[in-house]
Amino acid sequence: MIERTPILNAVTQVVLLVMLFVILVPFWMVFAAASHDFVTVNRVPMPLWPGGHLYENLSEVWIKGNFGTALTNSLISSVLVTVGKVFLASITAFSIVFFRYRARMLVFWAIFITLMLPLEVRIVPTYAVAANVLSPLQQMLNLLGFQLVLPEWNLLNTYAGLVLPLVATATGTFLYRQFYLTIPKDLAEAAKMDGAGPLRFYWQILMPLSRSNMAALAAIMFVYAWNQYLWPLLVITDQANYATATMQLQKMVPEGFGEPPVWNTAMAATLIVLVPPAIVSILLQRLIVRGLITTEK
Amino acid sequence: MLRHAAFTNIWLAAALVVPQLLLVFIFFYWPTGEALYWAFTLEQPFGGSNQWVGWLNFATVFKDPKYWNSVQVSIIFAAATTAIIISVSLSLALLVDRRLPGHQIYSFAYFIPYAMAAPAAGLAFRFIFSPNAGFVAAINNWFPNIWNPATDGFDAMVLVVLCQAWKSIGYNFVFFLAALQSIPRPLTEASAMDGAGAMRRMWDIQVPLVMPTLFFLLIINLTDSFVDSFGIIDITTHGGPARATDLMVYKIYFDGFKAQDYSLAAAESIVLMLLVIVLTFIQFRFVERRVHYA
Repeated sequence: MIERTPILNAVTQVVLLVMLFVILVPFWMVFAAASHDFVTVNRVPMPLWPGGHLYENLSEVWIKGNFGTALTNSLISSVLVTVGKVFLASITAFSIVFFRYRARMLVFWAIFITLMLPLEVRIVPTYAVAANVLSPLQQMLNLLGFQLVLPEWNLLNTYAGLVLPLVATATGTFLYRQFYLTIPKDLAEAAKMDGAGPLRFYWQILMPLSRSNMAALAAIMFVYAWNQYLWPLLVITDQANYATATMQLQKMVPEGFGEPPVWNTAMAATLIVLVPPAIVSILLQRLIVRGLITTEK
Repeated sequence: MLRHAAFTNIWLAAALVVPQLLLVFIFFYWPTGEALYWAFTLEQPFGGSNQWVGWLNFATVFKDPKYWNSVQVSIIFAAATTAIIISVSLSLALLVDRRLPGHQIYSFAYFIPYAMAAPAAGLAFRFIFSPNAGFVAAINNWFPNIWNPATDGFDAMVLVVLCQAWKSIGYNFVFFLAALQSIPRPLTEASAMDGAGAMRRMWDIQVPLVMPTLFFLLIINLTDSFVDSFGIIDITTHGGPARATDLMVYKIYFDGFKAQDYSLAAAESIVLMLLVIVLTFIQFRFVERRVHYA
């Protein structure tokens, strides 16, 4: 650094170390609690050294929480959200940035405004739409005087129900738009000159250029989709077949606040739920951080 | 702003935006419109179309002391979480940005809670802060009944605030760190030459220069605390004890899906939407006028 500040340096290191402890210790406590038997976990204070019952607790809760199915569902829906989002965002932004037509500002704002109201604040009517997803189109048709009757299409208890409302947001579109705007216009002009059509330009030039962008967005979306809780809770009623992993945590908690859960298995369930997104964010941290920061610029 | 525009094939352009526009229409504009419709109508008891009732649902909502309680609780929650998150993550970023040995390890580790699902964080904190198991319970051994989030509303609030803060610090930290790292080095070095110590530089140079980021994060955290807190509440307190943690988003869920009163829930949603829209507008205004020092 610029000058010698031994005292300040010592204070800095101590504070950083203490905060490291504060921030990471909940993870350790979850892990330690998940490895104790019922008696040890309820001892106050609980021994911080892990016990020998981790496997036992995990296998008990694996059956109790139906995690085989739940993790598969979480994985499928998160991957679908990720792929759908990355694909949709890239083509929409491509159209908005690289094509010349009058309505493109309108399109941009129509999508951009959705950033304003997250799913949680419009949860009740969105649920009603999911129960019959063609009803908005049907009512629009009726309004315009068409007599066409669309079939009822119920999204409750389907992957489409879990995935589509999460894909219908603007975050990724915005990220891609920001990125495309940094690509020099001459590149598109040159491609055109060489006889490449828009789709070829998209596929052979933009795609390879946006690889790291794509990875960043994919990692962010995966964590986001995996951690969804309120929406799956509503849209999935057939919990035996379609429950996601986060939803199963609710089953570890007795109704009402008075009665405590069985802590060692509850923490084993928490461990199961938190590990996949934690791995993604540890391995892909650099990408995620860069993605987050460019989205918000 | 949108200056690129190399291609002119309008049909292809339309085909590329239609899928997303369709999704946004079905899952965003339609439900938002429907919320408005429900908020001003009531369902007929024997079926048939809804009846227009004007501001009645809003009047019902605003007359309900339970609603004002949830507004108050949400404001306390928002203010407390935002204050903790901003101050802690800014301090950490300032310290990490001094780039002492090990700073990369810290910046790596502080980000990890970002990956925590709200209900998982909630369950973990409920255990750690449980009144009769775990760790914090130890103080009940010395001072009986001093800590019990199951019966004491204040304790329950502390629990959910800490949980939300812990979950969000990593996210805020990376923004502050990025902002600090974009401050030009010569600026810091020049002020050091002029005799400003490290603390002085933090306070008079670095903090003012990250003000735009701070303001942006302020809004993000307030919005997040209004909309993103459901998972924590649902797993830890169910809005209790005695509605002490009954946040607005939890109350909407409860009125809409447990009590099945769509009109009431829709009116509450509209109020929450307005609140979030106002906050977002402030943020957009600020993003437009964002100050660039570097």
